[in-house]
Amino acid sequence: MFGSFTSVHFFYLFNSIGWTLVLSALAFVLGAIGGFGVMLARISPRAWLRWIAIVYIECIQGIPLLILLFIVYFGLSVYGYSLPSLVAAGLAMMIYVAAYLGDIWRGCIDAMPKPQWEASECLAFSRWQTLRLVIIPQAVRLSLPPTVGFLVQIIKMTSLASVIGFVELTRAGQIINNTIFQPFLIFSLVGVFYFALCYPLSRWSEAMEKKLNVANR
Amino acid sequence: MKYSLDFAPLLSYWPVFLNGAWLTLKMTALAVIVGVVLGTAVAFAKRSKIKALSRLCSAYIEAVRNTPFLVQIFLLYFGLASFGIRMPTFVAAVLAMTINIGAYAAEIIRAGLESIPRGQIEAAECLGLSKWRIGWHVMLQPSIEKVYPALTSQFLLMMQASAMASQISAEELTAVANTVQSDTFRSLETYIVVAALYLVLSLVIKLITSVLGEYLFRRRRVLRKAAAIGARALVDTTQANVASHGGAA
Repeated sequence: MFGSFTSVHFFYLFNSIGWTLVLSALAFVLGAIGGFGVMLARISPRAWLRWIAIVYIECIQGIPLLILLFIVYFGLSVYGYSLPSLVAAGLAMMIYVAAYLGDIWRGCIDAMPKPQWEASECLAFSRWQTLRLVIIPQAVRLSLPPTVGFLVQIIKMTSLASVIGFVELTRAGQIINNTIFQPFLIFSLVGVFYFALCYPLSRWSEAMEKKLNVANR
Repeated sequence: MKYSLDFAPLLSYWPVFLNGAWLTLKMTALAVIVGVVLGTAVAFAKRSKIKALSRLCSAYIEAVRNTPFLVQIFLLYFGLASFGIRMPTFVAAVLAMTINIGAYAAEIIRAGLESIPRGQIEAAECLGLSKWRIGWHVMLQPSIEKVYPALTSQFLLMMQASAMASQISAEELTAVANTVQSDTFRSLETYIVVAALYLVLSLVIKLITSVLGEYLFRRRRVLRKAAAIGARALVDTTQANVASHGGAA
């Protein structure tokens, strides 16, 4: 029709996977740092800190990432900061990911048996020592499957960055589609690439979950 | 550069915003209802003894769960259009959402079905219940009740994912926002308003689902009532004890 799909297009698409991975890594690392803070605030003994975290989590979980992306992107630009779309996307995703990871990790900490806290108290551990030496090392094991599962969500979410012009896998697909107009072929291929990225992680997460659940099988 | 927020130009767009929000809600409701039916069918089909059918269902679930929704919409809307299958954006968006939520619902309901103890199904078989009644009363109802929270949070995520339908210009809330911001040049304010609207929508959905859950799961209501009565009875007897033994004197 408009031209055929050549190896040049294929490699362009293939290379854009790199940017998808860069954005995913950025969102995950930043989001994990933020999420850790949210988790700490969510389990804090101070009520006002807990409430801030609850409101934050509820608000962010009620807003689509797309809207958040627009707010950060336009919000920064009207105040005169013209940032590259990678930074805007990374920032928006950090805000979003932090709320979800914070909530997931809070659940894992809550799942730790209460006597663990009491025993550490008896050993005169401070709150921070209890968390660092007793609770978190055990909670990490529990939190690994949902965290990896959420990593899959993050990779899929990066497709939204295409909307503000960041050239990752989906955007690259759109660009090629605009020149040769073979949407079915191109978006199938894009889907296959995403699948290749996400499926191993999904399986890994599932396998870990099964291992943890050995006791109640 | 100094910039001050000004929401005044947006006031006249209220009806447009509400329209968009209403369309988002409608799309979500439609997709959720059809999607849950589809998901239930797939969850049962995945347990089927016919290998090919259960393989097919797994492939469907994994394919949907491991690719972004945006790509699914593009594939459905632009991809099918290149074969001559054209549909209105609303239909395409709802169809994509249904396919998406069908896979997630199937996975959630499957987990519920797996948590039904084998003994219960065997007991139902011993009582001579038909296959369909076992499926409905013994397997599906309790498992839906068990996974209901997971299902409802998936509905919420779906409502948010419907924002991506703006990319094929279905006239829902996000698309409305895009139009309004290009009319008024008040991009930041527009998206803040829309974010607030989404927040309200998700609260509405949370409310609806929790009321619906209360209404649907009679067993849960009865159990709670029984627990309350039990607790009251306990209080009554202790009070009676205290009265007859003269309290802490």
